[in-house]
Amino acid sequence: MRKVSRLSRFNIAALALGLAFLYLPILILVIYSFNASRLVTVWGGWSLRWYHEFFNDRAMIEAAWMSLRVAVSSATIATLLGTLAAVALSRGERFRGRTLFSGMLYAPLVMPEVITGLSLLLLFVALNAERGFWTVTIAHTTLTMCFVAVVVQSRLGSLDRSLEEAAMDLGCNPVRAFVAVTLPLIAPAIVAGWMLAFTLSLDDLVIASFTTGPGSATLPIRIYSEVRLGVKPEINAICTLVIALIAVVIVIASLASKLSSSQGESAAPL
Amino acid sequence: MSSRRIFARPARRAAIAPYVWMVLFFLVPFAFVLKISLSQTAIAQPPYEPVFDLTAGWDALKGAFAALSIDNFRLLVSDDIYVFAYVRSLTVAITATVLLLLIGYPIAYGMARLPKRWQAVAMVLVIVPFWTSFLIRIYAWINILQHDGLLNQILLALHLVSQPVVWLSTDTAMYIGIVYSYLPFMILPLYATLAKMEPVLEEAASDLGAPPWQVFWLVTFPLSLPGVGAGVLLCFIPIVGEFVIPDLLAGSNALMIGQTLWLEFFTNKDWPVASAAAIVLLVVLLVPLLLYERLQKRQLEHGR
Repeated sequence: MRKVSRLSRFNIAALALGLAFLYLPILILVIYSFNASRLVTVWGGWSLRWYHEFFNDRAMIEAAWMSLRVAVSSATIATLLGTLAAVALSRGERFRGRTLFSGMLYAPLVMPEVITGLSLLLLFVALNAERGFWTVTIAHTTLTMCFVAVVVQSRLGSLDRSLEEAAMDLGCNPVRAFVAVTLPLIAPAIVAGWMLAFTLSLDDLVIASFTTGPGSATLPIRIYSEVRLGVKPEINAICTLVIALIAVVIVIASLASKLSSSQGESAAPL
Repeated sequence: MSSRRIFARPARRAAIAPYVWMVLFFLVPFAFVLKISLSQTAIAQPPYEPVFDLTAGWDALKGAFAALSIDNFRLLVSDDIYVFAYVRSLTVAITATVLLLLIGYPIAYGMARLPKRWQAVAMVLVIVPFWTSFLIRIYAWINILQHDGLLNQILLALHLVSQPVVWLSTDTAMYIGIVYSYLPFMILPLYATLAKMEPVLEEAASDLGAPPWQVFWLVTFPLSLPGVGAGVLLCFIPIVGEFVIPDLLAGSNALMIGQTLWLEFFTNKDWPVASAAAIVLLVVLLVPLLLYERLQKRQLEHGR
């Protein structure tokens, strides 16, 4: 048994300071988004003024819509491809080109985005592809499927493989065993992977800047060009909305994964 | 065992679609970067001289090979701006990684010592900021650090300073931004190794009479080295190529390589030089990237 007394005062202080450091700036931003005053120095009372301004800013709304579409489509494709990749890596034993495959999947996780963005743009230019929604979607899929693959692969690695084997001993073919046994068990990881892909795509500035075309800016691109010109209270409002959206996604996804994992547990004894 | 092998065959087939995708959209693009880094800048759309035209036949191809130039790379080594940018990128990345380790370690250590139930809560709390947008988190700091921002207001109110301090466009602001953005990447791998550690080992050392700092240096820290390695690589590699944070928070007199690459590409429209800069950056990062790959592989495929 673990001794609780191992938690020293120093440990608690480090934790509290660390969490405060992580959360205070975001909290301050959310509070300022409701400030009626244009000046940051003055608290002009609570107001929804900047939210109004955002909803009347057509260029911003268009950018937000573009970002949402890209995030949903790229996250969906990435989840599909990333899950397939994870299955191949954790259940495929040895196969030709495996080292290259895992290398290609792990490298984008840390690769500086300027490199990924530039290289994809040069490909699109060489292919003479029209830049816009699809090129950004492809670029984001390429980045985010790697994150999905890692999340799902670590879940697959911790699963008890005898469950799949039992299903096959009882007469399931491999595909059936996978769908009936493995898939429900890794569903929470797949949901988490989709969520991660969605937020990464919604967040990306650098890769989208390289791969998009004129007239189809994403939300981060618009926010970035506004922020370069200085702080605007409207940006606080947009950022708060994005944070709220992501919070909703996290809550829904964690509920979904809880649901599917309890289903998975009830299915396991069958 | 046999059913495992039967399962493996269709599992291998699952690799086909992602494999093709990654070759097409991750590997092949590097060939284009290399190709364009060797070509000449041109005032055209796209702004570079075509290097290869496969339809033009063998002789044209030979001519094209002869015309390949390493001028862009020569420029990168001879022009101080680029050399400084690479040096600065590496210094910033090393400094920031050390800071991250110094700040992240106590937090991860505190997390690992919480009662089991609280550990899960703490982990969620560390991960959630990572889900909220990166750009937004940098922007939040601009709110705080600007001339009449919250930090200066507090400092003035406490009479710690007599006039507002310039925070924005300084290296201090940049380091705050980097540490803030990358902290979860440092904490999580550290926490993962610290949480797995047997508490008995520390207790034994302490029972044998080692003072707390010795227990830490001789037992805890050496055992946490795999986590330290993972955290360091996870932070160091992307920070070297970082663009957004230095662009928004640091001054414009000393650029990092990600910024010069961006500038060459978007402002100067010099695609060949930007490509050459990307290739050099890739070469600089090759060793840490390979180390990271090995670590990631070991973690996902062998260890549990």
